[in-house]
Amino acid sequence: MANMVRRHTTSARLWRAGLYTLLIVAALVYLLPLVVMLLTSLKPLDDIRAGGLLSLPSTISFEAWSKAWGSACTGMRCNGMSGYFLNSIAIVVPAVAISSLVGALNGYVLTKWRFRGANLCFALLLFGCFVPFQVVLMPMARTLGWLGLASSTSGLVLVHVVYGIAFTTLFFRNYYVSIPDEMIAAAKLDGAGFWRIFWRILLPVSGPIITVTVIWQFTQIWNDFLFGVSFAGFDSQPVTVALNNMVNTSTGVKEYNVDMAAAMIAALPTLVVYVLAGKYFVRGLTAGSVKG
Amino acid sequence: MSALNVRHVNKTFGSTQVLKDISLAIDSGEFLILVGPSGCGKSTLMNTIAGLEPVTSGEIRIGDEDVTWHTPSERDIAMVFQSYALYPSMNVRQNISFGLEMRKMPKAQREEAVSRVAELLQITPLLDRKPSQLSGGQRQRVAMGRALAREPQIYLFDEPLSNLDAKLRVEMRTEIKKLHQRLGTTIVYVTHDQIEAMTLADRIAVMRDGEILQLGTPHEVYNDPVDMFVAGFMGSPSMNFLPVTLVSQASGYALQVHDEEQGGTALTLPWPAERDTQELSARVGDRLVLGLRPEHFLEDDAIQETSGEGTRLEVTATVVEPTGADTLLQAWLGGNEVTARLGPKSRVVAGDRVALRTDLSRAVLFDEKTQRRLA
Ligand SMILES: Nc1ncnc2c1ncn2[C@@H]1O[C@H](COP(=O)(O)OP(=O)(O)OP(=O)(O)O)[C@@H](O)[C@H]1O
Ligand SMILES: [Mg+2]
Repeated sequence: MANMVRRHTTSARLWRAGLYTLLIVAALVYLLPLVVMLLTSLKPLDDIRAGGLLSLPSTISFEAWSKAWGSACTGMRCNGMSGYFLNSIAIVVPAVAISSLVGALNGYVLTKWRFRGANLCFALLLFGCFVPFQVVLMPMARTLGWLGLASSTSGLVLVHVVYGIAFTTLFFRNYYVSIPDEMIAAAKLDGAGFWRIFWRILLPVSGPIITVTVIWQFTQIWNDFLFGVSFAGFDSQPVTVALNNMVNTSTGVKEYNVDMAAAMIAALPTLVVYVLAGKYFVRGLTAGSVKG
Repeated sequence: MSALNVRHVNKTFGSTQVLKDISLAIDSGEFLILVGPSGCGKSTLMNTIAGLEPVTSGEIRIGDEDVTWHTPSERDIAMVFQSYALYPSMNVRQNISFGLEMRKMPKAQREEAVSRVAELLQITPLLDRKPSQLSGGQRQRVAMGRALAREPQIYLFDEPLSNLDAKLRVEMRTEIKKLHQRLGTTIVYVTHDQIEAMTLADRIAVMRDGEILQLGTPHEVYNDPVDMFVAGFMGSPSMNFLPVTLVSQASGYALQVHDEEQGGTALTLPWPAERDTQELSARVGDRLVLGLRPEHFLEDDAIQETSGEGTRLEVTATVVEPTGADTLLQAWLGGNEVTARLGPKSRVVAGDRVALRTDLSRAVLFDEKTQRRLA
């Protein structure tokens, strides 16, 4: 509200100055860890031993970054984060795609092809949003074993899809209830069936909620550690697990700059997604019905 | 053969019965209007005809085919909704041709149909716009275009004009009437608007609580209502209802209008001899309800040439509402407030004593308890 009429008394100005100071300080406090990480990752090891956390690096070096990416030791192996980064992508992309699509279909059926017990079904699905990760670990491990998917990328994708459907369904259902039923009725009279209505009528107006769901799922799955550490095989560990292994590797000198660079690499995709699409995330969350 | 035949249709939602034994038949090319208070089941009836809601019992036939259990797309029906229900992601052209595409019409033919309809409805310049870039009236046209392009056997309109402003509504009403006359389409049309109902319909079905109370031409429904509900529902301002007692006089029957405030009789109106019925003789002395439409009153000096006809009565005007085309007068008549429609030249102001005339040649009589029509 840039065009607001404000009071112009001295005390009002002082108030405002105080308010802005407080907000700026708060913002800096929240940004500080990131700054420290970035600074540390760019310093040579000597600088780190000598100086304080916030001191500027004497020379800026990207060595730590390239080591973290290509040659740092994670447990036994010493070829950096790159492989695990690709593992994470191989998990996240199909898991996000499948869980979002299934969520959209569920939302569509729960709102536009209502059946007896649809509400109960939705309530049970909602319940899934509140089941803590830890609870499903054991049963999930058994299930993956039975399915022959233990310690595989597909297994992890399945876990994330199953766990994510509760959320994606919630998102899509709440979006689709605001889409007028008459639109669907019109399409039925026009001769479109279940799938045509979904692809041709509903999905094209689902942009905002697809954005929300994809960002949400991407962040959740990319940042997941527990499922990764529990169910991933040696070759399919995601980047979060690799980061943990690297930081905990006890042999040799503690290379804080490499650790920080690795942490930044692990966090980068979610950061990028938020910076690029955060606007749409907020917009999608508040998007109401579709104007016919 | 009727184009659409609804036979003994019942519909219940849970424990509430929304449609009660509805039967109606519509001839090909006929324009049927459904009217009734909100919640009486008009949209539900439309939805069952369209196949969007299954019936609980009964039968629906289109042409000579039983379509009771056909899906909406298997019935040759198009529907225009109150909210227009256009597809927001498609432009006008795609909106209109979607139904044709679903029915596997070849592309060239589709384009031909779109331009034919666009020309008919004068929306050709809008064909490449999205629905969100259209005004309410334009959206309404597109919604009609979508229905017209398919050339279905039956059109259903569910309050298609109620989201438009008054002026546009009148324009579109005329256009719909023209379209119907030109194309000879079979239409079932729901409206709340009295004038829409009277002007558009070949026949009107008046519904209440899931039942059809009366099904007839606009003239029949207006002038020969079957009960007080239909009489009061049709017409605006609505019919005046006066409590009366039927008496037998030397010159025939007469109606004594009760004076609700002071008791006794405010006025005695002679019942026209030509409208005597067998039934009336049994009701002498009973309390009945007399229905008089506002236009059944005339200002006394406005009918010089026919003066002497009807009964003269004097009232005090309480509210005078000039509408331009005529003047509506409200006045007390024996403790009942009545509305009279006077000519535009009337110079009556509130508080005046006004001399009116009325004759009962077009009045209607109802039973007070059952509210059914007596005469
Ligand atoms: N899906 C439903 N479930 C339960 N009751 C319903 C459902 N649809 C309609 N009803 C009820 O059926 C009755 C008739 O509704 P309907 O929409 O047919 O009324 P209407 O005559 O079209 O009213 P309006 O003029 O307000 O559009 C209402 O009492 C309504 O509450
Ligand atoms: Mg309705």
